[in-house]
Amino acid sequence: MSGPAVTAQTTEAPTLGGSPPLCRYALRLGDLGLILGQRLGEWVGHAPVLEEDLGLANVSLDLIGQARLLLTYAGEVEGRGRSEDDLAFLREQGEYLNPTLVEQPNGDFGETIVRQVLIDAFQLALYERLTSSADERIAAIAEKAVKETRYHLRYSSNWLVRLGDGTPESHARVQSSLERLWRYTAELFEEDDLDRDMAARGIAPRLADVHGAWSRSVEEILAEATLERPRDVPYSWFGKRGEHSEHLGYILTDMQYLQRAHPGARW
Amino acid sequence: MNAPTDPKGEAAAAVSREWPLYEVFIRARAGLDHKHVGSLHATDARMAIEHARDLYTRRQEGVSIWVVRSSEIAASDPQDADALFEPARDKIYRHPTFYDIPDEVKTL
Repeated sequence: MSGPAVTAQTTEAPTLGGSPPLCRYALRLGDLGLILGQRLGEWVGHAPVLEEDLGLANVSLDLIGQARLLLTYAGEVEGRGRSEDDLAFLREQGEYLNPTLVEQPNGDFGETIVRQVLIDAFQLALYERLTSSADERIAAIAEKAVKETRYHLRYSSNWLVRLGDGTPESHARVQSSLERLWRYTAELFEEDDLDRDMAARGIAPRLADVHGAWSRSVEEILAEATLERPRDVPYSWFGKRGEHSEHLGYILTDMQYLQRAHPGARW
Repeated sequence: MNAPTDPKGEAAAAVSREWPLYEVFIRARAGLDHKHVGSLHATDARMAIEHARDLYTRRQEGVSIWVVRSSEIAASDPQDADALFEPARDKIYRHPTFYDIPDEVKTL
């Protein structure tokens, strides 16, 4: 696709304003896992069958595991003594730097699968490149994440093919989910100052490279699933700069309730 | 929570009706046999292996998975148990318990 027409403007959440760029970059990666892991966790006890209940929970736990490593690192880089838990549970909405796609509601099982394919393919293309990051910690985390993500994409793409190439009902549903969620993919590849800074220092890949790999992989899956790639929209969301859709607030209310009501509560 | 609910469990009932049952066998380590660990529902062998991975290898239980349609297993009839297994009962000489094992042999 050609890049979205709207140019990225740099706005930062106030309390993260003074944080080192590497801290904010680690939060971008970590918050993606944290929020998507939380979303997938909503399926526990509600999935269509027991087998999928566990499948989705496994993916969720992998993502939260990645988030823990990245948030811990972000806290260290920030140097203000914030732990992974402080960062996960005690930030304000504008300080979460996950892409808007991962906070979108689960919808039906098919919509969850569509969201998962789009983000798994992105994470795989990104983490594969981050294994050679100039930052050793990021490279080590990517090394672990890339194996998990390969399985995630295998799981989600298998399901998308089954649903897309399934019955007329399942095909129509996932095609419409794809139309609904596609608009949130532009953000993943829209480079802003932070992305450019990370790429210039060899810490992160160029997003154009990631986009190329993502496009190839998604198109291959869509073709097998007999689904049509939607048209790109000339507008980008910017969850990764803290500008979120209405849905994140509800997720945080759920997620943060316990720590806000009982500060420092532990298992 | 946005997950759709299914109060009557109709989806689950449809699955157990329409998705065949598979038996799962896991090899714990290289060199060991695949052992039967349980069963699950899946639409085909590929999905059965993925479900088996998610259900039965979450705690590093295995390095290899076999699945087989439960309906493909031929089983002995429990009613034939007497005829099949009773005759072995009084033939204790078939057990290798009458040998002296040299002390040097550690692994028997």
